[in-house]
Amino acid sequence: MKATIHNALALTLMLALASVARAGTLEDVQARGVLNCVVSTGVAGFAYPDDAGEWHGFDVDFCRATAAAVLGDPKAIKAVTSTGKTRFTLLNAGEGDVLWRNTTITFSRDVGVKLRFHGVNYYDGQGFMVPKALGVSSAKELDGASVCIQTGTTTELNLADYFHSNGMKYEAVTIETNDEARQNYLAGRCDVYTTDASGLAATRSTFTNPDDHVVLPEIISKEPLGPATRHGDDQWSDIVTWVLNATVTAEEKGVTSANVDEMRSSSKDPEVLRLLGAEGNQGAELGLEADWAYNIIKSVGNYGEIFERNIGVNTPIGLARGLNALWTDGGLQYSPPFR
Amino acid sequence: MTGPGAPAPYAPGTHPDLPPPVRTTGVVGWARQNLFSSPFNVVLTLLGVWFLASVIPPMAEWALVKSIWTAESRAECWGKMAVPEEAACWAFIKGRLSLFVYGFYPVEERWRVDLSFVLLVFAIVPVLYDRLPGRRHWFWYVAAFPFLAGWLLVGGFGLAPVETDQFGGFMLTLIIGVTGISFSLPIGIALALGRTSSMPVLRILCVLFIEFIRGVPLIALLFVASTMLNYFLPPGTSFDLLMRVLIMVTLFASAYIAEVVRGGLQGVPKGQAEAADSLGLSYWKAQRLIVLPQALKISIPGIVNTFIGLYKDTTLVLIIGMLDPLGIGRASLADAVWAGLAREVYLFIAVFFFVCCFGMSRYSLYLERKLDTGRESEK
Amino acid sequence: MAAVPIEDRGLLARLWGNQETRSVIVQIATMAIVFALLALVLRNVAINLEAIGKEFSFDFLTAPAAYDITFSPFIDYTSRDTHFTAAAVGILNTLLVAVCGIAAASVLGVTMGILRLSRNWLVNRIVYVFLEFTRNVPVLLHILLVHGIVVTTLPPPRRAIDLGGTAFVSNRGFFAPSPVFEEGSGIVAAVFVIAVVAALAFRRWAKRVQVETGKIYSVFWICTAIIGGATAVAFLALGAPLSWDLPALKGFNFQGGLALRPEFLALWLALSYYTACFIAEIVRAGILAVSHGQTEAAYALGLRPNRNLQLVVLPQALRIIVPPLVSQYLNLTKNSSLAIAIGYMDIVATIGGISLMQTGKEMETMLIVLGVYLVFSLLISAFMNWFNRSIRYKER
Repeated sequence: MKATIHNALALTLMLALASVARAGTLEDVQARGVLNCVVSTGVAGFAYPDDAGEWHGFDVDFCRATAAAVLGDPKAIKAVTSTGKTRFTLLNAGEGDVLWRNTTITFSRDVGVKLRFHGVNYYDGQGFMVPKALGVSSAKELDGASVCIQTGTTTELNLADYFHSNGMKYEAVTIETNDEARQNYLAGRCDVYTTDASGLAATRSTFTNPDDHVVLPEIISKEPLGPATRHGDDQWSDIVTWVLNATVTAEEKGVTSANVDEMRSSSKDPEVLRLLGAEGNQGAELGLEADWAYNIIKSVGNYGEIFERNIGVNTPIGLARGLNALWTDGGLQYSPPFR
Repeated sequence: MTGPGAPAPYAPGTHPDLPPPVRTTGVVGWARQNLFSSPFNVVLTLLGVWFLASVIPPMAEWALVKSIWTAESRAECWGKMAVPEEAACWAFIKGRLSLFVYGFYPVEERWRVDLSFVLLVFAIVPVLYDRLPGRRHWFWYVAAFPFLAGWLLVGGFGLAPVETDQFGGFMLTLIIGVTGISFSLPIGIALALGRTSSMPVLRILCVLFIEFIRGVPLIALLFVASTMLNYFLPPGTSFDLLMRVLIMVTLFASAYIAEVVRGGLQGVPKGQAEAADSLGLSYWKAQRLIVLPQALKISIPGIVNTFIGLYKDTTLVLIIGMLDPLGIGRASLADAVWAGLAREVYLFIAVFFFVCCFGMSRYSLYLERKLDTGRESEK
Repeated sequence: MAAVPIEDRGLLARLWGNQETRSVIVQIATMAIVFALLALVLRNVAINLEAIGKEFSFDFLTAPAAYDITFSPFIDYTSRDTHFTAAAVGILNTLLVAVCGIAAASVLGVTMGILRLSRNWLVNRIVYVFLEFTRNVPVLLHILLVHGIVVTTLPPPRRAIDLGGTAFVSNRGFFAPSPVFEEGSGIVAAVFVIAVVAALAFRRWAKRVQVETGKIYSVFWICTAIIGGATAVAFLALGAPLSWDLPALKGFNFQGGLALRPEFLALWLALSYYTACFIAEIVRAGILAVSHGQTEAAYALGLRPNRNLQLVVLPQALRIIVPPLVSQYLNLTKNSSLAIAIGYMDIVATIGGISLMQTGKEMETMLIVLGVYLVFSLLISAFMNWFNRSIRYKER
């Protein structure tokens, strides 16, 4: 009987605390008035809280863009922090509506973990960082080294493949979070720190003496980082896909947060007019307001603005556009047309 | 007495004087008895003195004498020392004290945490101190306290709501510890009664539950709470991570309490329950008035030990991403301005836990002596 | 209610009034509720998995794990091996740290327990302070502390502390020579086994002689001589068929030899001294619980102090010590799961960590982890129950 009492107690608790069932993610978000956005626990430039607890960064700005499109308010986000290990669980468990967290698109994640990916907001590749004092100039010289890796990421798989295919040995020091991996590297527990090249630059920027460390030239993997949602909600998937596309198209068409009002009223380009909701009913077809993309550009900016503001060459992170330049500039950022 | 082989009779004045007995009083006598009673003990004492001499002065120097209490960064802190890194830099802890205490709880709402803490003190006094006048009436308040504090901390019903992911620091430790302790005791007693019940179904269920929980580490259960629990709930429902942790910690502790209480129940002679039966008391009355009071008295040390264990185990929530003091400490160490002061952080947190847990274990010793009213001391 | 005679009440009330039928009703109701809950949970799991299109299967265990585990002393593991092998590596690593931890904690715990009984005031107090401080601080903190000390205060490999040119200590771990068995070492091992058997036989014989005639042989020394002597003779006669693989600094790290990684060292040390503090208290309480009259009686019979300890005090103290000792061993095994905090690759970190992450199989991997710990716990309890029975009073 006692067991039943305690079970009953658990059940009541469950009922008392269970939130309302989710119909569609869009309705849920609109009813809640806040977008739950899964981000990392802190990568300089990509997602980090300031002293007041406000989140900033490249990934966070895309969260804000999504919130601007769906709720009309870029501030209406709640950052759900996740380690490499918990991010998909959080998403699948419904604690996050969308994941904007430097997550590599892979077959097994798309198909096996049952996620839906929506294009690439950052083309990255895995690299290595070593202390200058070690005198290493190529990843091929790393035979026998100790390597610090954050667990639960594609990096550990790439690393295993790379060393295996080059016939080299290494000691893997697998650590739960980026911070601890960094601390172990600085303490000298490892010779090498490996993660995506963007992450290396971000991590290096936080060191007391960034110049004592070098990033090796080899990039050993393709890391297309992109947003993800749960399987089974096509409308929501479409929204996230086109939020990303809207920022890229805006940059391509020269729409910026500064000139967006002017463009909406005076542009001659029908695609710009469709994008900004001055023509057609694309917003309604997505289940959003007509000015959804206008809100994004107005409050967050186009892809180029987001990039330069958070991680561009004029920030401490100092990343060049490289592969992430528009296709018209020789890069890979390419949005399907708004038609 | 004067048979063959008996010693010769003692003639006064013929026996040599014996040396005076070894001194057993005073400092010298005490030292001789307690420190230098045998060659082996002399060696041990010397080793002990050497150990203390090589540990205490450097530690005192590091932690107190040469330590720095005000600085803005690690570099400044070490700059103030004769040799960098030679002493503790408590300025770091001092600057982040409020983070260690409240976590990310909104600053303007922190009075609610302070108030809950004061209420907690009032709730603990009647439990610990049995000569409080009107103690019986206080228990209503004690029973209501967890809900009152829950309302204060989480908000709603007139207070601004605070998300539980902003909880952190010592406050989080206290929340998990106090909730676990107050709910695991009744559940544990219920499980123990179930395990000793005469109904086979109940007994088997309780045994399965207890042995399952005791067989797996808490961290695995916390992982279950953070990764698997959502699959068990009706589609589209989810609940707060802190709530899941509280439930898991409570269930975990209650299985251990159940075993301790079962030990106590077995220590009560069967005749007591039989006598209660023969007086016509119902099962529940017999348990409540006769058996449990005796059983609980025997199991108090075990129960307090379980509580201490539970309290220490609250640090494990760090691993599923909650910011208990240890989590706050590790996050703070990631700050490039202060990185490298791990010793200070760990020592600070260790002292906090030591004070709490040592206090609890002293209290349990006091209770044990006070309640030792019969049987045990006759042995 | 008392006013209404039993016969006049309804059927249900009458059934409820009877103690036996009431107990049956309560049990059936409990069963119904428990099964309903179980069914509900299973249904929810099925629906939830269906909703995101996952299926429940353990097929992933045979797929390549694709990640590396550096610390794998028993299995030659590479990233081409399966998740199943990775799980096995994790289980063995958990077992390794548990077994090493139990051994070290027992030795340390008994030592401290005896020191706590010492009449030397100073030693007694030092041990007491250490015990209280260690016991009242969370074990996770101890693990992080020891790991921090190992990683940040020990020198890097190039400036490693050299212990006589054969063993090295650095922040990459402790490196010692490892034995390499050459041809003929099998014979030495066989001789060793035979010597052990002979020693055991001698012990039985000596005991019989003691029972019959009262003559006491110093069994311990003679057994040591038999085992050590025979093995040494065989070893030398075969031309010392053993060489040492010395660790040497090559490139970034020490290569060769026996390597104990800092993660393992930190976990092992922290778990050992933490658990030892609890064992010390158990040992002390156990020895104190043996009535002083027993010792006095033994002295009155003319037993020497060490034979008194061995024949009178310890056998009685063990009966009190063993049950709580078992739960400490279990605790140590379960606490080894905290390995994940410092990156030691135990079962929680391999199958419950990286495999979970890479395959997205939360249910399956967590079930494996829970199952493994349950089996460990049941095995340790079963063994200790058996041991406990074997040292119980033989009642005549």
